[in-house]
Amino acid sequence: MSSTDSLDKARPERASEFSLDLERRGLREAAAEWWVKVRSGEPGALPSIIGLIVLGAIFYFSVSSQFLSSYNLGTVPGQGAYIAVIALGLVLVLLLGEIDLSAGTSGGACATIAAVAVNSGHLHHGLPDLFYWCLVIGMVAAIGVAVWLKVWLGAALALIGEVLILTNLTQHLVVAMIMAICVGAAIGILNGVLVAKVGIPSFVATLALFLAWGGVVKFGLKNQPIGVSGYNFWHDLTYGNLTPTISWIFTIVLVVAYLGWTTFRSIRLARAGLAHEALDLVLVRGGLLTVVAIVVTVWAVRNRNPSAASYLLIQGIPVPAAIAIVLMIVCTLALTKTTWGRHLYATGGNAEAAHRAGIDVVKIKVSAFMLCSMFAALGGILLASYQSSVALDLGSGNVLLFSVAAAVIGGTSLFGGRGRPRDAILGALVITVIPYGLSLKPSIDPAWQEVITGIVLLLAASVDAISRRRAPRL
Amino acid sequence: MTEPILKITGLNKSFGPVHVLHDVDLSLYPGEVTALVGDNGAGKSTLVKCIAGINSIDTGQIAFEGRPVTISDPRHATALGIEFVYQDLALADNLDITQNMFLGRETTKLGWFLSDGEMEQKARETLASLSVRTVSSVRQSVARLSGGQRQTVAIAKAVLWNSKVVFLDEPTAALGVAQTAEVLALVRRLADQGLAVVLISHNMNDVMQVSDRVAALYLGRVAAEVQTRETSTTQIVELITSGRSGDIGLTPAEARENI
Repeated sequence: MSSTDSLDKARPERASEFSLDLERRGLREAAAEWWVKVRSGEPGALPSIIGLIVLGAIFYFSVSSQFLSSYNLGTVPGQGAYIAVIALGLVLVLLLGEIDLSAGTSGGACATIAAVAVNSGHLHHGLPDLFYWCLVIGMVAAIGVAVWLKVWLGAALALIGEVLILTNLTQHLVVAMIMAICVGAAIGILNGVLVAKVGIPSFVATLALFLAWGGVVKFGLKNQPIGVSGYNFWHDLTYGNLTPTISWIFTIVLVVAYLGWTTFRSIRLARAGLAHEALDLVLVRGGLLTVVAIVVTVWAVRNRNPSAASYLLIQGIPVPAAIAIVLMIVCTLALTKTTWGRHLYATGGNAEAAHRAGIDVVKIKVSAFMLCSMFAALGGILLASYQSSVALDLGSGNVLLFSVAAAVIGGTSLFGGRGRPRDAILGALVITVIPYGLSLKPSIDPAWQEVITGIVLLLAASVDAISRRRAPRL
Repeated sequence: MTEPILKITGLNKSFGPVHVLHDVDLSLYPGEVTALVGDNGAGKSTLVKCIAGINSIDTGQIAFEGRPVTISDPRHATALGIEFVYQDLALADNLDITQNMFLGRETTKLGWFLSDGEMEQKARETLASLSVRTVSSVRQSVARLSGGQRQTVAIAKAVLWNSKVVFLDEPTAALGVAQTAEVLALVRRLADQGLAVVLISHNMNDVMQVSDRVAALYLGRVAAEVQTRETSTTQIVELITSGRSGDIGLTPAEARENI
């Protein structure tokens, strides 16, 4: 009797110690937990997916059944890639509770430099003299600042950029683009220093630079737009497709890596007695993803050319989609698996706590701004590709605002600490689907695009605000 | 009595013309809870900041485990094994318990990559060694914890690193009755595990309940250092408010000096 008594006493005590960690979390528990999260203020990807479905249904049924035509759908990644890429960078800055309003025009400035470099053979010949030497000196300054703040990656990138600016290697397009992204890094270091070291609110500092870079684009182009559709590589960034074989390799590598990684992790953590997701949950989720990936790939490798008479084959996964997906995966890994990512979230959640924990908050902020501007530079290149030219207003106007909207619609909080790279991609899809759907019926006034985008953003921001109120302290 | 682990002798600190700390002597012993009491402005925070390396000291010695040390940077204090839990706890609400406990000192593999499993294991072991029973998952977001649980996590974070001295600034100030009892029991367990614990508090009940010794500061001087079981709430309150009580405490001349 006494032994069973002591057992009974021991049991509830044991159960309360980390009971949630050791309990097997199956499908039902996971679903219940997810529902609790949604109700208590962490809706995750749900609003943007619902938004996509609702918008799709509206366009399909009330605008045009062409909404789902494979040729039209195949153009969506090209239309939205620049928004997705700039939004990916913005997520990093938004996680800190900061903002980079200059991302659009700084990307435009970087793309301008790349275009001038390939167009004229050597940057020195293409750019106005003053501009060229300002750029050379600015890059040296960026190297110095990066070394001072111990942002070693930034120093290395700025150094590479400086070397490429001084040489004529940039007559090759890919090298010119690498240079543009390195210049983006230097611009980001400037943003980061102004915000984290000088202490200007990021809204004001980057607003000022948003205006300045817009002018720099015009200077760099000497008021003459440069067409880029003649450069095949540049053109294909938007309009190219992976060949069917490479499309399949792309899909299979990603799916197998994801399935293998999540399954292996679930088994390993379970063996080690650590908190983990149950295997059936992992397999169901992975299975769903696999089905979606395979359906999309099967659909993408078919010929999308609507004109039966034409022999031109349009097939394969669009290049811009592949770029956005790869960048999203890299960002996700960097944010969740590295100390840098952990420190970025911590700085966004409670900068004071991060500082006291010995984290170099200034360095984290500068590195986030730097990466944001690098993504912006790539975004500018993609935008030029989509527009087939480096225009005088490249990256100004709504580009930045749409990108911020994409990040927020996807579920990134403007208050810092909450958001994922996935948000940027989903949000960019929502933002892109609106003009895409409206353009299917020429009789609809295109002004509706801005109105509808505004309403969608407002809805998304309301979801964010309301969920923050329901969440305990976030 | 055993050797003090941290011994402060003749510490003086001025901010401009204001002499905040006067020849402060304080010894902390392993396995003991020392309550540091004093009215607002008595110099408690300044004393703690001097030990933490946030403020520099003008004159005086700090000896750690018998060796004289200079603490000029918060990291020096951490390296010695002296940890501080400030009132605002310094937890990142968007991270979970394990992530907070290891913040800034993450275990990594290949230099950059986090080894989350190892950290989770150690977080759980630390909480278990402190007999914490109120936390059901070390993967819970800190935002969802109660005040007592947050305090527990902050304290566990401080002792995770084999620290030897822990300063707790008003750990029960914002807590309800049950949670206060829980945190005080945790404070006692820390001392029983051999740590030197400093409890900074205004709450006489807490002080009487959990501390072994009481050091009362009065206008920048240590009015008295007494054994808790040989004193009473009334006596401590007198020491706090007037610097002396009966025949212990500052001489009337000393007590008047700063007024």
